[in-house]
Amino acid sequence: MAEALVGAPAVARESRRRRFGGGFGGRSGGRASEGRAALLFISPWIFGFVVFTAGPMLVSLVLSFTDYSLVGDTEGVGTANYRELLSDPRVAQSLSNTFIYAALFVPLGTVVALGLAMLLARVGRASGFFRTAFYLPEMTPAVAAGALFLLLLNGQSGLVNAVLGWFGIDGPNWTTDPAWLKPSLAMVSLWSMGGTIVIYLAALKNVPRQLHEAAMLDGAGPVRRFFHVTLPMISGAVFFTVITNTIAALQMFDQAYTMFYGPQQSETASDESLVYMVYLFQNAFQFFKMGFASAMAWLLFVIILVITVVQLKVGNRLVHYEGEGR
Amino acid sequence: MTRRLAQTAYLAILLAATAAFVYPLLWLLSASLKPKSDVFDNRLIPETIQWSNFVEVWQAGPVLRWLVNSVTVGIMAATAVTLSSALVAFGFAYFRFRGRNLLFGLVLSTMMLPGAVTMIPVYLIWNKLGMVDTQVPLWGQNLFGTAFYIFLLRQFFLGVPRELFEAARVDGCSYFGLFRRIALPLCAPALVIVFVFELKASWSDLMRPLIYLQTPEYFTMPRGLKQIVDAYALSGEYHWEIAMAATLIATVPMIIAFAFAQRQIIDGLATSATKG
Repeated sequence: MAEALVGAPAVARESRRRRFGGGFGGRSGGRASEGRAALLFISPWIFGFVVFTAGPMLVSLVLSFTDYSLVGDTEGVGTANYRELLSDPRVAQSLSNTFIYAALFVPLGTVVALGLAMLLARVGRASGFFRTAFYLPEMTPAVAAGALFLLLLNGQSGLVNAVLGWFGIDGPNWTTDPAWLKPSLAMVSLWSMGGTIVIYLAALKNVPRQLHEAAMLDGAGPVRRFFHVTLPMISGAVFFTVITNTIAALQMFDQAYTMFYGPQQSETASDESLVYMVYLFQNAFQFFKMGFASAMAWLLFVIILVITVVQLKVGNRLVHYEGEGR
Repeated sequence: MTRRLAQTAYLAILLAATAAFVYPLLWLLSASLKPKSDVFDNRLIPETIQWSNFVEVWQAGPVLRWLVNSVTVGIMAATAVTLSSALVAFGFAYFRFRGRNLLFGLVLSTMMLPGAVTMIPVYLIWNKLGMVDTQVPLWGQNLFGTAFYIFLLRQFFLGVPRELFEAARVDGCSYFGLFRRIALPLCAPALVIVFVFELKASWSDLMRPLIYLQTPEYFTMPRGLKQIVDAYALSGEYHWEIAMAATLIATVPMIIAFAFAQRQIIDGLATSATKG
């Protein structure tokens, strides 16, 4: 999995390094001292891994089979929490909300970001200005973006519906109509995806000009050049962002919580905006059902794992790695 | 002729897209200066400018305190993660030892672990240490490196010519000396990238302040902003202009940071995609 994420260029570099720089610890003396020194350098991570990752994973797994709630007695409850995952309708609801949000945001985000990056790639010298413009929203803290869009998406008099009105479109009540809550969240995320655009732009700039020129000589039009030259050449970057954006989308919390939850949630919240992490957070730190929340966390982990593995499997078949003999 | 048309269409799309990304921020600036009744008039230049919004924000919460907290937490988090990740990355880049690839694979695999899995037990650890309702849990874990940054910095360290290290070793330089005197200075731009990325991530973090902070004086800016949004934009008398003033205050420091570190951020993103 790691190697696949690193991608072919890194792998190629690695093997080159092995060939030429083979002398890496090759001096016969001091091997043991080198091993000890290496351990010393890596020790912070090892400590952190044991205390803040591996240990907590184990504890979380154990907690998921109890009714732990921070205070009061704790008892083992067997698989009751996992059975509750199946029976609690809000788990199913929040899962489906999260999937819908991710299914809206990830493909749309990829296409929009790629389109904008291709626009930018053609600008030439002024591209720095536009790149800054597209990236600025990403610097906006998620809470700020959520608060801002709460107003921009206001159904009666928000800016978004005002703009839609110019084209004769009667915009929906984005933040209150249950059907439009997830598209609203996706829109906030689209606004702050400058990072993906910048990544695509960098990848596009790495596509050798000669490839386009050769394709043009062969009479390939812009569409064919896009699908047969550009897309294969940047497929590594697209693959990388699709995986990371999917993982992030499945864990979406900040904007949803800012816009729809909090002490006053009865007024504005509908279960249609309840994404999985918000419900998990509520269970853990508002209802103090920490055992149940732990079971929820493991379900999320398994889901992310399965989706990522599928993406890697599909992706490795689709992604074009340079210098590969296939 | 069609070329001209295509060129015009292209320019129109580019400008429209730019407006879609930038205009909301201008709208924010404008809304934060308007009286309540004008917030939704969608004028860019406010008809009446109401500076007092920024005085009232002050009364809505200890905003300056929150800013200072966010800066403190951000600098602690960024410094800690940069140094610790660099140390670990150097360990993986320079040394060869049995199990290195396996261990590095383990480092990378932690990137896939959702924070939710460790969230509750980690809370229990900080609780045991009596650190709940302090800011330590917001940066403490950064002392032990983060997979993504370790990966990124290792790539940079691998780019340092091996001969430099060998020569320094011959001259009697210690391993820590290699790290401190060769690897770090040569990879300073990469360190800046990591620092800025983490500063941004820390400044944006909402979940951990929600979990760990109860006393409003300890809040970071996003946590404080959420409280103001709750009180002024989601309930009560709906003083949107106050909420927008607070939103602006939370955003501006990051835009200033971007102005200073733009090149590093762009480079860092490009590297993470092409090297990653």
